[in-house]
Amino acid sequence: MKRCTRESKIGLGDSNTCAKREPASQSLLPPLRNFAPTMHSSNELQWIDYLIILIYFVFVLGIGFVLKRFVKTSADFLLSGRSIPAWIAGLAFLSANLGAQEVIGMAASGAKYGIATSHFYWLGAIPAMVFVGIFMMPFYYGSKAKSVPDYLSLRYDEKTRAFNAFSFAGMTMMSSGISMYAMALLLQTIHIFDTPFRALGLPNSWVFHVSIITSAVIVLGYIYLGGLTSAIYNEVIQFFLIVAGFFPLVCLGLKNVGGWTGLTQKLPPAYTHAWHGMDNPQHNLLGVDWFGLVMGLGFVLSFGYWCTDFLVIQRAMAANSMAAARRVPLIASVPKMLFPFLVILPGLIALALTNPVNQNATLPDQPNQSPPALENQSAQQGMIPPQTNPETGQIVKDASGKVVLDYNMVIPNMLLHYFPSGMLGLGLTALLASFMSGMAGNVTAFNTVWTYDIFKAYIRRDATDANLLVVGQLATFFGVALSVGVAYFVAAFNNIMDVLQLVFAFVNAPLFATFLLGMFWKRATGHGAFFGLISGTFAAAVHHGLTISAGSTPGVKGAWIATVHTYPSQMAQNFWTAIYAWTVCFVVTIVISLLTKPRREEDLKGLVYSLTERATETGGRWFLRPVPVGIGVLLLTLILNLIFR
Amino acid sequence: MNVDLRFPLGLLFVVFGGLLTLFGLFTDRAAYERSLFINVNLWWGLVMLLFGGLMFLAAWKEAQNKKDAGKR
Repeated sequence: MKRCTRESKIGLGDSNTCAKREPASQSLLPPLRNFAPTMHSSNELQWIDYLIILIYFVFVLGIGFVLKRFVKTSADFLLSGRSIPAWIAGLAFLSANLGAQEVIGMAASGAKYGIATSHFYWLGAIPAMVFVGIFMMPFYYGSKAKSVPDYLSLRYDEKTRAFNAFSFAGMTMMSSGISMYAMALLLQTIHIFDTPFRALGLPNSWVFHVSIITSAVIVLGYIYLGGLTSAIYNEVIQFFLIVAGFFPLVCLGLKNVGGWTGLTQKLPPAYTHAWHGMDNPQHNLLGVDWFGLVMGLGFVLSFGYWCTDFLVIQRAMAANSMAAARRVPLIASVPKMLFPFLVILPGLIALALTNPVNQNATLPDQPNQSPPALENQSAQQGMIPPQTNPETGQIVKDASGKVVLDYNMVIPNMLLHYFPSGMLGLGLTALLASFMSGMAGNVTAFNTVWTYDIFKAYIRRDATDANLLVVGQLATFFGVALSVGVAYFVAAFNNIMDVLQLVFAFVNAPLFATFLLGMFWKRATGHGAFFGLISGTFAAAVHHGLTISAGSTPGVKGAWIATVHTYPSQMAQNFWTAIYAWTVCFVVTIVISLLTKPRREEDLKGLVYSLTERATETGGRWFLRPVPVGIGVLLLTLILNLIFR
Repeated sequence: MNVDLRFPLGLLFVVFGGLLTLFGLFTDRAAYERSLFINVNLWWGLVMLLFGGLMFLAAWKEAQNKKDAGKR
């Protein structure tokens, strides 16, 4: 409690971090009305770039058409008929989460917070992924539940399922809409599609509308045709495209700044050391202390997301066997561990190029640089542009008059900076693929929950499977339409991830307490779970309503009831909101469970740890068994943390 | 099992890799000012082509094996 009463005066988190680099950005960037990402005239795409994007669009729809003939029942459409091999489900498990918030948001956070952003992977994902694979998958997969809410109805009761199903359905649509909005805004902002639009006599703002409609139609098309399998296949292809598009980008960027050594020389130590100054929120860029980081991110938010969010769990539940289902999160954790190098490093590189330390130093790796290139280089210092008001074109400034930087432009500007025509098309395709598959992940999770946990459970209990298949297909249509609606209503935040963290905190944070108790404590009851969840979510809202981060104005960023406490950063506030929500849910669930009648033990077989036969996978080679692989993954993550401490 | 994913994956990478390789062969050095004068289209195109080819080959081989097993 004492921790939360600390007042901060010079918080380093969020809006304040940019203040530190603000002199550089202010002097280097002329106040253009419409900021063009590069001064290069060749911001235009060539035919090859359009061709690559077009081939990709045709290809994803083609996959839908090919897979259409395998869709015969609602289980084929919504659960892939439980037929997906472990490696495919594993990469899809990773990719479903690799939407806008990952690719754009993580690079943005890389530029904003430095390598400490990797905590969102090494601390905020890997342990939870190992845990869900080893300990939780036996119940999700073994119970034959169709979805995460369905598991809740088997383990607890209908009201717990209903609460989870409705809140989850709402949340996925929100994420999907945010993803769409982010993509459309980005494509409009980078101005690369201006020429064809001008040729058609359409203003630049139409890039936004066309992006939304195109992505909606394509995602709808391939899911409607091939269902979950189609989404999973496209997610795996998207995974490889992201690697293919970003790996050369990181290589070129690193070569440009002189490798990792060059980065450490050009940036302050806080940016290249993940655990730098974690003793005190004032000493690190995230504005959090180690306890808040480990408990809030590493435990509550991370386990709440990776162990209970149907968006990812659905991929594992589509696996073709129990052994495969348990391997899915573990397979996903290996690339996940390495992804910071692909998505966070671009942010650091962009920052190193903007940093004034770098300004006069000639870049060592370019001996034959022509004068125009040098001129170009100095214009490119503004790799991270300031935010502009979309209506007035004015540069956005915070309360203290500091320029607010648009960190979300890191990835697109890096692509435009380093990629020539050809690779640029590939890089943009990777970006589009990530946006679309993030959206597709949400839509497939939504249509399953809608069909089985809302329609079948509460609207028409006697629905036949043919009915359910139609409902699933209609839900896909409905879900995409809803996403489009959300996309148009999304308010602008500096960093998309902050919004998502807020959503997770309210809805997901208490959830893990419910699942943990449900799977490992047979005494937990439906009443306990339901009221635990309600009070956890309520606690999250109240905590958010009573606290605020330094430098924010009361309202959507918190303190909409009263300002009781000020956190050094928005991230710290989110982590602590999650910690409170989880704790309240945990305690309330236990208390109410003890006061209510327990369920008969026979009914809980296969649903609770102590009443379920252990999955014995002692035979076989070690790398096919979950426990040794899980330990190996955790050890490697520890080593990465030690290297980048 | 539906369709072996390695077929479409391999196909896409062969197409993209092939396109980039060809484009890289026919573009001059000036086009690569951005990429530190490295012909990324050519080199990365070749890598993608190789990856796609291997994926396709692996899937094709497995399909052949299955067919043979089916005959016997």
